[in-house]
Amino acid sequence: MKSEIITGAEIVIRSLQEEGTEFVFGYPGGAVLNIYDAIFSQTKFKHVLVRHEQAAVHAADAFARATGKVGVALVTSGPGATNAVTGIATAHMDSVPMVIISGQVPTHAIGQDAFQECDTVGITRPCVKHNFLVKDINKIASTIKKAFYIASTGRPGPVLVDIPKDITAETAEFNYPKEVSLRSYNPVTKGHMGQIKKALDILINAKKPVIYSGGGVVLGNASAPLTNLVNLLNFPITSTLMGLGGFPASDEKFLGMLGMHGTYQANMAMQECDVLLAVGARFDDRVIGNPDHFLSKPRKIIHIDIDPASISKRVQIDVPIVGDVVNTLNYLINAYQDFKGNHDKKIIRPWLNEIKAWKSKDCLAFKDDEKVIKPQKVIQTLHDVTKGDAFITSDVGQHQMWAAQYYPFDKPRRWINSGGLGTMGVGLPYAMGCQLAFPDAQVACITGEASIQMCIQELSTCKQFHLPVKIVNLNNRYMGMVRQWQEFFYGNRYAESYMDALPDFVKLAESYGHVGFKIEKPKDIRPVLEEAFGPKLKERTVFLDFITDQTENVFPMVPNGKGLSEMILAEDL
Amino acid sequence: MRHIISLLMENESGALSRVSGLFSARGYNIESLTVAPTEDPSLSRMTIVTSGSDEVIEQIIKQLNKLIDVVRVLDLNDGKYIERELMLVKVKANDKHRDEMKRLSDIFRGRIIDVSDNTFTIELTGSSSKLDAYLESLDEDAIIETVRTGASGIGRGDRILKV
Repeated sequence: MKSEIITGAEIVIRSLQEEGTEFVFGYPGGAVLNIYDAIFSQTKFKHVLVRHEQAAVHAADAFARATGKVGVALVTSGPGATNAVTGIATAHMDSVPMVIISGQVPTHAIGQDAFQECDTVGITRPCVKHNFLVKDINKIASTIKKAFYIASTGRPGPVLVDIPKDITAETAEFNYPKEVSLRSYNPVTKGHMGQIKKALDILINAKKPVIYSGGGVVLGNASAPLTNLVNLLNFPITSTLMGLGGFPASDEKFLGMLGMHGTYQANMAMQECDVLLAVGARFDDRVIGNPDHFLSKPRKIIHIDIDPASISKRVQIDVPIVGDVVNTLNYLINAYQDFKGNHDKKIIRPWLNEIKAWKSKDCLAFKDDEKVIKPQKVIQTLHDVTKGDAFITSDVGQHQMWAAQYYPFDKPRRWINSGGLGTMGVGLPYAMGCQLAFPDAQVACITGEASIQMCIQELSTCKQFHLPVKIVNLNNRYMGMVRQWQEFFYGNRYAESYMDALPDFVKLAESYGHVGFKIEKPKDIRPVLEEAFGPKLKERTVFLDFITDQTENVFPMVPNGKGLSEMILAEDL
Repeated sequence: MRHIISLLMENESGALSRVSGLFSARGYNIESLTVAPTEDPSLSRMTIVTSGSDEVIEQIIKQLNKLIDVVRVLDLNDGKYIERELMLVKVKANDKHRDEMKRLSDIFRGRIIDVSDNTFTIELTGSSSKLDAYLESLDEDAIIETVRTGASGIGRGDRILKV
């Protein structure tokens, strides 16, 4: 095969093309000018120019979450890289496969405190799955190959490739490696058969079983086998914030989300069960609350996860199964179907009745109002108007929890939010990433007046790329979740949580060339949402500024440090 | 409990900081850490002395294995092993103490590697606790300067850490 001599910048571009990259989200600057020059004369992928590097990484992250493919971002050295850090850390906490290419000052200038120099590999080391500094043009292609491989296999995560400017100007032969193998990185795929059989035995004999599914089910594309298994066993199932959509929320076996703002039935079932099957979840603080309280009830725990380090990290596991979720669930299903003994499904009936009683508390009920808009009502109506089939992105805070509670997801990869890092400002760039991936889909960004202002500049990107996302702003003039904690735990001292001097969001949207609505009356919720998602505004970005009840709180709530069964319910107050 | 963890990793720039960064980010203890290339120059071998509960040690091993550059990890305390540390100590050795210093060094199988009018520099190898014992046996005022390498460890017999 004849190989070509091309520049380092062209090698970068060709490598991205070889990986099937569809979108590169980025922002040019000195150290990446050679790469941008190579982008100028290529047509295979589309470059999406954002207005701040943080948004480039968030948008690429959302593209990855919505599609399952590797998201790609390109930023310059120094401030370009540091601006990207929040986005990278966000993707890292939620295990999102991404490759970030950053420019670096020329190799001879590294360490000289050159203009726009920073130690990008050093700064990003704790918040990436892996990173590389490429100092040799002959290693650009193989490094990018490794980066995509590492990002997308095992427990996924962001991988950063830092490339000095001089390397991108040199020339070398281009040969894109077909395969990659690393002696130090061999992620486990198949779960251990002995452990799977042990798990099955425990599951079949469970009297009070619960399945607890997490983000790993969505990331690992394991919705189908999970649904299959749940249906075979007829067990109740709950999900973490990140796992929503992994099992259809409309199924009666679904107990709703668990955790700090989980449903009463999900948290009670989690606490009281005798057998817990955790799938692609990590028992984090917002999910099980106080681990000592959680462990005060004896139960057998089976944990399926691709990351051995997630097992027995916060809670000791009885039957760990390290493996890819799809493979492991399929093995478990096969083992169940091959099981020759008798599975008496009646033994869990008393438990299902107990759960039914918890459900009847109707913990998500809220008092609607004729004068003031209730945020929950907006989300319920949004679900109605979009027929439950939209891509929903959110920022972080009360609106995020209400979105998770009142917009039930039946499909995976529809709910795009920052669960681990809890990054305010992700909502709008997340919506952009989803809309680019699925141009014809309905995409709504559920946000608040505080979060949206953290990446509001991206309204300009929406205009340039004709992204008809609908922004559902639940405007309560407070950083709502901060206010809620101050009300509950700081004696109503609302330190700096009031959002003063807000812009007129309608005019702001209009000045960016979009459509804006301000909605103040509950009776207008539905008609305005119908208009926003209707055929007339199909091609437009719409900013819906809902003026909502300032005093509304998110319930149920497990206070920080408390146990799952120690929830505060709306009816308690 | 004190554990000695041995690991083989890719001999690449920044590899050491991935390990030390992991320990500081997750709040694990490092008592000592030594690293040098192996007979295969593409690999470095590191010995980390750490302490923690069984759960913490299990997490440390798992987190180390998760680092992309780490090829193999072994908790030496899982079986039989030998550890050695090298220490250089400069001690006061003036007229009246000179003989006593020499005797004490001999007892601990130390070697005097530098001599001046008022000082000896002694080279000592052994387990970390032996080196501690030597220092404890010295009069505090007699110690001028110490430098220790941190422990290196290796499994006994057919316990082998190799790629």
